[in-house]
Amino acid sequence: MVDERKLKQSETFPPETIAEIQRAADEGIYSIRGSGAKRKIPNFDDLVFLGASMSRYPLEGYRETCGTNVTIGARNAKKPIELDIPITIAGMSFGALGANAKQALGMAATMMGTSTTTGDGGMTDEEREASKILIYQYLPSRYGMDPDQLRRADAIEIVIGQGAKPGGGGMLLGHKITDRVAEMRDLPTGIDQRSACRHPDFTGPDDLQIKIQELREITDWEKPIYIKIGASRTHYDVMLSVKAGADAIVLDGMQGGTAATQDVFIEDVGIPTLPALRQAVEALQELDLHREVQLIVSGGIRTGADVAKALAMGADAVSIGMASLMALNCNAPLYVEDYEALGTRPGFCHHCHTGRCPVGITTQDPKLEARLDPEEGARRVRNYLTTLTLECQTLARACGKSHVHNLEPEDLAALTIEAAAMAGVPLAGTDWIPGRNGA
Amino acid sequence: MPIVDLDDSSVRELNQRLHDLAPGTNESEWSVINANGRHAIGVGLDAAINLEIDGHVGYYCGGMNKQASIMIEGNAGQGLGENIMSGIVHCRGNASQSAGASGHGGMVIVEGDASSRCGISMKGVDIVIGGSIGHFSAFMAQTGHLVVCGNAGDNLGDSIYEAIIYVGGDVGRLGADCIEEDMTDEHQRTLADLLDKSGFGGNVSRFRRFGSARELYNFNIDNAGSY
Amino acid sequence: MCGIVGLYLKNPALRSDLGLHITSMLGEMSERGPDSSGIAIYRQPAPEGYGKITLQTADPAPDWPSLGDEIAAALGDVAKLREVGSHCVLVVAAAASEIRAWLTTNHPDIRIVSLGHVIEIFKDVGLPDDVTARFGISALEGTHALGHTRMATESAVTTEHSHPFSTGEDLCLVHNGSLSNHNRLRRWLRRRGVEFQTDNDTEVAAGYLTHHLREGASLREALEAGLTDLDGFFTFAVGTRDGFAVVRDAVACKPAVLAETDDWVAMASEYRSIAQLPGAKTATIWEPEPETIYTWGNA
Repeated sequence: MVDERKLKQSETFPPETIAEIQRAADEGIYSIRGSGAKRKIPNFDDLVFLGASMSRYPLEGYRETCGTNVTIGARNAKKPIELDIPITIAGMSFGALGANAKQALGMAATMMGTSTTTGDGGMTDEEREASKILIYQYLPSRYGMDPDQLRRADAIEIVIGQGAKPGGGGMLLGHKITDRVAEMRDLPTGIDQRSACRHPDFTGPDDLQIKIQELREITDWEKPIYIKIGASRTHYDVMLSVKAGADAIVLDGMQGGTAATQDVFIEDVGIPTLPALRQAVEALQELDLHREVQLIVSGGIRTGADVAKALAMGADAVSIGMASLMALNCNAPLYVEDYEALGTRPGFCHHCHTGRCPVGITTQDPKLEARLDPEEGARRVRNYLTTLTLECQTLARACGKSHVHNLEPEDLAALTIEAAAMAGVPLAGTDWIPGRNGA
Repeated sequence: MPIVDLDDSSVRELNQRLHDLAPGTNESEWSVINANGRHAIGVGLDAAINLEIDGHVGYYCGGMNKQASIMIEGNAGQGLGENIMSGIVHCRGNASQSAGASGHGGMVIVEGDASSRCGISMKGVDIVIGGSIGHFSAFMAQTGHLVVCGNAGDNLGDSIYEAIIYVGGDVGRLGADCIEEDMTDEHQRTLADLLDKSGFGGNVSRFRRFGSARELYNFNIDNAGSY
Repeated sequence: MCGIVGLYLKNPALRSDLGLHITSMLGEMSERGPDSSGIAIYRQPAPEGYGKITLQTADPAPDWPSLGDEIAAALGDVAKLREVGSHCVLVVAAAASEIRAWLTTNHPDIRIVSLGHVIEIFKDVGLPDDVTARFGISALEGTHALGHTRMATESAVTTEHSHPFSTGEDLCLVHNGSLSNHNRLRRWLRRRGVEFQTDNDTEVAAGYLTHHLREGASLREALEAGLTDLDGFFTFAVGTRDGFAVVRDAVACKPAVLAETDDWVAMASEYRSIAQLPGAKTATIWEPEPETIYTWGNA
């Protein structure tokens, strides 16, 4: 008989670590999965707003409007991007996602007056038709890269890295490389895709600058050029992106998702969105280009409070990836037996890499895809985006702002020392920002 | 025939004029002088025109080319004809690294040497090099043909997919999953055709063929050393 | 992150135009490096028994003549003192090492930018055309010169972070690329007596070469060792009293172009720097192979 009181778990070797070591002993290769970092990380939960009081006055709802629009890329492009809300859909590939999911996201973004972004593998016609504003990713793999698609896009996002794996390339496993995906990527059907982690024809910001010149020339200087970076040496990366010629910077924190990457890469590389955002804003301020070069932040944006906090810290907009998929029922308690067949449960699933998504999002299997109706999916994502916007406006109004861009770091306080240090915001009830003002 | 002097007119103006040509234009012969190493000359073209460039060009000349025939009377910098979709980009001199990078179709010709990473990430383009190529050429080459009349540097075809490489001279160390394969009659015909189209001609019998062993197509622990 | 240029004259008739040419070469690299620029120029050898030193100060109104007097009193005859704004070139009747020791003790606030018999180095924050104008480079004659324009990657934009870094007497280094193990190397070199003023990766490479040269290695041997010990991406151009050397790392992603005529040898990150040199149109042009050391003169 086991005396439960005597059972003591090791913090160094908890059950999931023991299981992983034994899996490695079985398989001899790193574990690959989808989703983002699951470990506990200081995030926007640790910041709170200082709402209106005796010295600051709130706005009513209704006609005391709180504006949410944002313009991206007016610096150099003939046709900057005009967004109605400061929330965009992040780059996710057709291949990682099925066509229905991409279509749903596009339709929702169009309804809300915002943009979606292509991913590795290029642009699908459905996506271009569904999305009124489509950002086209330019990745190291160059799968499906095509000047006609560049010209059909509304902006170009040069991907240097993503939050889940700064320094890593794309990954797509064989069971998701269907005939259609294979054709778009010029790969044999059914193989495991290997992807480059560096661009093939430039390395470094000095040569990237020349590449940006080329892309502008090819598209007659019409389209804003974004540079996407995974949060790492953020201060330098933002400076260099600006020097290379970026019109906007997309910064993806370590919580950012992926459809397939090594678990160690997801968990152990990159810094959280919170400090990266602060460093990015400081870099732009040092260059006196804050708000001239726009900053779009992603990686663990979940609620309108997160949106508002990111804007308060100085972002021009946020981008959502995983959260938009959750609006499409990722990890919803539906088809529970199919989650179990994968060895997981709703709320724990990160099995995008298998192509057996129980709710039909990250799959190329038509039977599973049929579980996601694009119109219904679009409605759900639109509802979610609307909620995010309303929540953000509610908080902004409570701080007396008639436009969400007027939120400032001084509207925030931190609940933990780490968050205070990372966000550069005082610990609530004190003037203390660890690492600054004498501490 | 329009002659554009890049000491007077900017690269941006030149490219805009070329982009603005109406389909089926009879302004199909263009000449550019005083290239002087400038970048992005003749990029994003989409017209059946002939563009002759006098002098050495900088990076990405003929990038993302469609339909046009571009002739460079000089050397080329990095990324010659990168992501070419169709048409021809032809360099009489030497080309710097990443020539033909990620090309989808058409042909890239270099009469002299190409440097490292020639044909990196190629996706269907045919590349024919009269001289030799540098290291890491045809890295992750997916499909298309790379013909090298001279020698090939180390790590040729590293992580290659379905592209086919023909080398007339010596080959350094081969890259991961790249092996020498038989030259069948069909391959010899393909090669002869490519040499013909690129204007090199010549005997195919000295060439050897290289391609993928296809052992990295699915992740396997026994190949851990190759990743 | 950077543009580098180098020009070595084979034909003495061109020496009076060295400054003119290196200025225009460097100007073409502006976009690669908008943050700071520097030039090392080899000219007017100091007489036997004299050393030449370039100094730099942050003092907005430096009194170089007074310093010259102090030095004359403490060390030896000051044969020449040429004020160039924030920089000053002195030729002193003393060994270069003595001059360095005296300055370190008596004027630690004044930075020694270069030391030797022939070399002069000028560097500052700003665009290349502004920096070369500030120091009157285009009027200078000489035998060879190296230049650098910087787009700072991981360290600050300041004068002392600018290249060229002087690694030893008449020696200098410019770098395009990014080293990935310079922090550990800096600590190792510090323990062996090499001093550093910045957290800059290039300064570590320069210090590495100095260390090996002090231990008796030739420049070629030091660069060979560097190919193993220095990790990351780099194209280096090294200036010596009588020549220069170029080397690239094994992966060789950062660009480099070499060109040669009967009159000169030139090196640059991009061809367009070389394009306007006299005779460029018929020059032999090639790219340095990875992991191969190229030298000219008695480098």
